[in-house]
Amino acid sequence: MSVATAHDDHHDSHDHGPPKGWQRWVYSTNHKDIGTMYLFFALFMLFFGGAMAMYIRAELFMPGVQLANPDFYNNMVTDHALVMVFGMVMPAAAGMANWMIPLMIGAPDMALPRLNNLSFWLLPAAAIMLILSILAPYLFPGTGGPVNTGWTLLPPLSIQNGIGMDFTIFAIHMLGISSILASINIVTTILNMRAPTMTMMKMPLFVWAWFFTALLLIAVMPVLAGAVTMLLFDRHFGTSFFDAAGGGDPILFQHLFWFFGHPEVYVLLLPSIGVLGLVIPTFARKPLFGYKALVYGMGVLAVLGMVVWAHHQYTIGMSLWATNYFMIGTILISIPVGLMLMNFIFTMWRGSMTFETPMLFGIAIILMFSFAGVTGVMLAVVPADMQYHDTMFVVAHFHYALIPGAVFGLYAGVFYWLPKWTGHMYDERLGKIFFWWTTISFNITFFPQHFSGLAGMPRRIVDYSIQYTEFNVISSIGGFLFGLSHLLFLYIIIQTIRGGQKAPDKPWEGSQIGTPGLEWTLPSPPPFHSFTQAPVVK
Amino acid sequence: MVSKNKTGLPAALLLLPLGLLTGVARADYGYNLPEPAATLTQEIFDLHMLTTIVGTIIMVIVTAMIVYALYAFRHDKGAVPDQEFHNSWFGQWAWVLVPVIVLGIDLSIASSASSTLSSVEDRSKADVTVKVIGSQWKWTYEYMDDGIKVVSNLKKLEPTDPLYLRDVDDPLVLPTGQRVRFLLTSSDVLHNWGIAEIVPKKINIPGYINETWTHITKEGTYRGQCYENCGAGHAFMPAVVRAVSPAEYQQWKTERKTQHAQAAAEASSDKVWAKEELMAKGQEVYTKNCLACHQAQGQGIPGVFPALAGGKITNGAGAAADHINIVVKGKTGTAMAAWGPQLNDLDIAAVVTFERNSWGNTAGDVVQPKDIKAAR
Repeated sequence: MSVATAHDDHHDSHDHGPPKGWQRWVYSTNHKDIGTMYLFFALFMLFFGGAMAMYIRAELFMPGVQLANPDFYNNMVTDHALVMVFGMVMPAAAGMANWMIPLMIGAPDMALPRLNNLSFWLLPAAAIMLILSILAPYLFPGTGGPVNTGWTLLPPLSIQNGIGMDFTIFAIHMLGISSILASINIVTTILNMRAPTMTMMKMPLFVWAWFFTALLLIAVMPVLAGAVTMLLFDRHFGTSFFDAAGGGDPILFQHLFWFFGHPEVYVLLLPSIGVLGLVIPTFARKPLFGYKALVYGMGVLAVLGMVVWAHHQYTIGMSLWATNYFMIGTILISIPVGLMLMNFIFTMWRGSMTFETPMLFGIAIILMFSFAGVTGVMLAVVPADMQYHDTMFVVAHFHYALIPGAVFGLYAGVFYWLPKWTGHMYDERLGKIFFWWTTISFNITFFPQHFSGLAGMPRRIVDYSIQYTEFNVISSIGGFLFGLSHLLFLYIIIQTIRGGQKAPDKPWEGSQIGTPGLEWTLPSPPPFHSFTQAPVVK
Repeated sequence: MVSKNKTGLPAALLLLPLGLLTGVARADYGYNLPEPAATLTQEIFDLHMLTTIVGTIIMVIVTAMIVYALYAFRHDKGAVPDQEFHNSWFGQWAWVLVPVIVLGIDLSIASSASSTLSSVEDRSKADVTVKVIGSQWKWTYEYMDDGIKVVSNLKKLEPTDPLYLRDVDDPLVLPTGQRVRFLLTSSDVLHNWGIAEIVPKKINIPGYINETWTHITKEGTYRGQCYENCGAGHAFMPAVVRAVSPAEYQQWKTERKTQHAQAAAEASSDKVWAKEELMAKGQEVYTKNCLACHQAQGQGIPGVFPALAGGKITNGAGAAADHINIVVKGKTGTAMAAWGPQLNDLDIAAVVTFERNSWGNTAGDVVQPKDIKAAR
C-alpha cells in the first residue's frame, strides 16, 4: 500500500522495515496493520450483515410469505444480529483501538503484538464457521433446518436445530476467544505502555472508553462461552441443563445469555462514546465539559450494566422483589447516560462549532441516542414492558440505541481519523451527503417500527396481518435507502485511500483541544513504528 | 382497528403529537397500545402514557438545547469558544445537578410502576382458571374447573383479508366481570401468549407454570399473537379471546361439555371403524394439526419437516407400529410433538390411516382406536 512505501523512504535508517507482500499482513504484529485488517474485516461484514437486513426488509415489504420459507427468514434474523454485533461493530471498534490507542498514549505498539495477530486471525475463521452454519442445511441435506432461533439462541428451540447450530456455537466460541484476547491486550497496553508522563486521568476519553469496554468483555464473554457450551452438551451429550424433563431450566440459559448480553450493549456503545468525546470538543473548539464526570460515568455505566441483565426477561415470571430490583436498577442507568449526553451538549455550549462530517454524526448521535434512552426508560418499566415485550417496539428501540449509539459513532471515528490513517483528506462534500442520506433513511426505517410495535406486531415474524402494512412499507423503503447509502460510504473510503488532498499532521483546526492525545504529534499517516522514544505530555 | 387502516397512517402521524400530549388513546389508528378492555391493562396503559409523556417532554428539552446551541455557537457566525466554561460555577456543579434531576424523574416513574407491578402479581382467588398451553403451532386452553379443552388453530385466510393471521377456528371464551387466572405453560419450546387489550404477558415455558390474570370489563373479541420466537410457524399462531357476558359463558360451557362427552364416548367404544370413516375424519384431523408442518400434499419442507408422501414409515407395509409410535410419542430433538396427550385414540387412528393411504402412499392398512390404546 502507498502508506507503507511512502514511509519506507522516510525511515530507511532502520535496518528492518515492514515485511513485503502477503507476509506483512498474515504475520503482522504491527498495531496499525492489524487495525487496518480489523477495519476492512468489519467493512466486509457490514455489507454481509446489511445484505441480510435487505432480505428481511424485502420479505416484510408486504404481507404474505414471498421470498423464502419462514425458517430461512429466521436464519437471516439470527445471523444479521450475530454478524453485525460480533462481525461488524466489535471488530470495527477493535480496529480503531488497535490503530489509535498506542498513538494516543505514546506507545510504540500494543503490549502483546503476537497475541494481537492471533486475535485478529480468529475472526475470519469464525466468519467462515458462521457462513457454514447458514449453508449447512444445503451442504448436508437431512441434518436439520437452518438456525432459526434469533441471536439469543434460546433453548429448547435451539436444541431442535440441526448441525447449523453447532457451527454457530463454534463460531461464537472463536469470536469470544478473539474478543477476550484483544481485550487482555488492550488493558495491558493501557496500563503498562503509556508514556511516563501520561497519567490515567490525562488519557483521551476514547482510551478510557476502551479500557472499560475491555474489562467488560473479559468479565462477561466467558459466561456466554459457558452457556453455549452447555447448549452443545444438551444437544449431543445427553445433559439436561436447559431441559425441564431432565431437571434443567430453559430460563437458566436466558440468565446466562443476558448476563453476557446486556453488558455487551455497553461493549458496543462505549467505544463510540469515546469517539464522541474526541469529536465534539474538536469541532466545538473547546475542552470536553466534565471529563472526570464522563470517566466516572462510564465506570458506573459498566458496573450498572452488569447487574441489570434480567430486564430482557421481565416476562419469565420472577419474584416481585427481583422484578422491582431489576426495574429500578435499569431505570437508574439513565443517570450516567443522561450525564454523558449532558456533558456533550455542554461541550458544544459556548463553543465555536463547524460542521464537518464527524461533527454532524456527533450531533445526530446525541439527539437520536437520547431518544433511544427515552424509549429505554419506557421499556425498563416492568408492567409496560409486559405489553412491549418482543414487539417491533423493542426492535425500534435497540436499533435507535445501536445504530446511532454504536455504528454512527464508528462512522464519526472513521471520518475523524481517515486523514490520519491514510494521509489524505476525504471528500467533505460526499461525506456530508453520506451523513444526510444515511441519517434520514435510518429514521425512515426505524421510527415507524415504534408504532407497529405498540400496535402489537411481534418481532421475528416472517409474515404479518394487514393492519401493519403501511408502517412496514415505509420501513422497508427507508431500509433500502439506508442500505444503498453504504455504497457511497465504501466509495468515499476507497477514494480517500487512493489519494486526494494531502492531510496535515493536525487535519482538524480544533485537534487536541481537551483531547490530550499524542496522535496529532505524528505525521499523517504515522510511520510504521510510531514512537521510537517516549513522548512527553504537558 | 383493521377497517380504518387505509386512511389510518397519515392521520396517525398528524395526531401523534396531539395523542402524546393529551394522553388520549387512539387505538383505532393502530399506532399506540390498543385500548385496554380490562382493569389491569387499563392501569398499565396509564403507566405507558405517563412514561411516553415524560419522555416526550425530555426529548423536547434536549432537542431545544441542541438546536439553540447549533444556532448560537457557530464558528461562521463568529462565536468565540469559552475555554473556561467547564471551570465556571455551572461546570463545577452540573455533574451533581443533572443526575439529581434525572434521579427525581426516575424515582417518580419507578414508584408508579412499582405499584402497578404489585397489581400484576396480585394472586387473589380467581373465578375461572384457564391453563394456556403453547405448542408448535397452536394454543390449547384447558378450563381447570370444568374439564373443557379448546384448541385454537390458525384460520387460513388470504393475505388481503382484514383478519389475515388474526383469526382462529376456535377462540377461547371468557366471561366479563369475573376474575380469570391464566396458568401458562408449553408443550415443546418457549411461546408467549399475548393479547394486549386484556392481559400482561408472561412467557410459556415447557415444564414450568407461569401465572397472570385479567378482569375483562368489555365484551368483544380480542386478538393477539405468539410473542416468543417458536420456530417456523411463529408468525402463524394467533391468540383470540371472545369475552361474553357471564350468562352466555355458562351456556357455552354447557354446550361444550355435552359435545365433549359425546366425542369421548365415541372414541373409547370398541367399535371397529370402516376405512372411509377413518379417512374422512383423518383428513379433518390432519388439516387441523399436521398440515402446518407436513404441508397439504404431505410433501413436508425439505430439510426441516420430513415428507410423509412416499416416506419410509408412512408407506412401509409393516411399519404401522413405528408410525403410530412416532405420532403418539413424538420425536425428541425435533419439532415433532407427542400427540398422545393431545388427541384421543380415534383421532390418532384416523390420522394415521389417512396418512398411510393418501398422496400415493400405498400401505393400505387400517388402524383402529384399539391399536392406539395398545401403543400408549
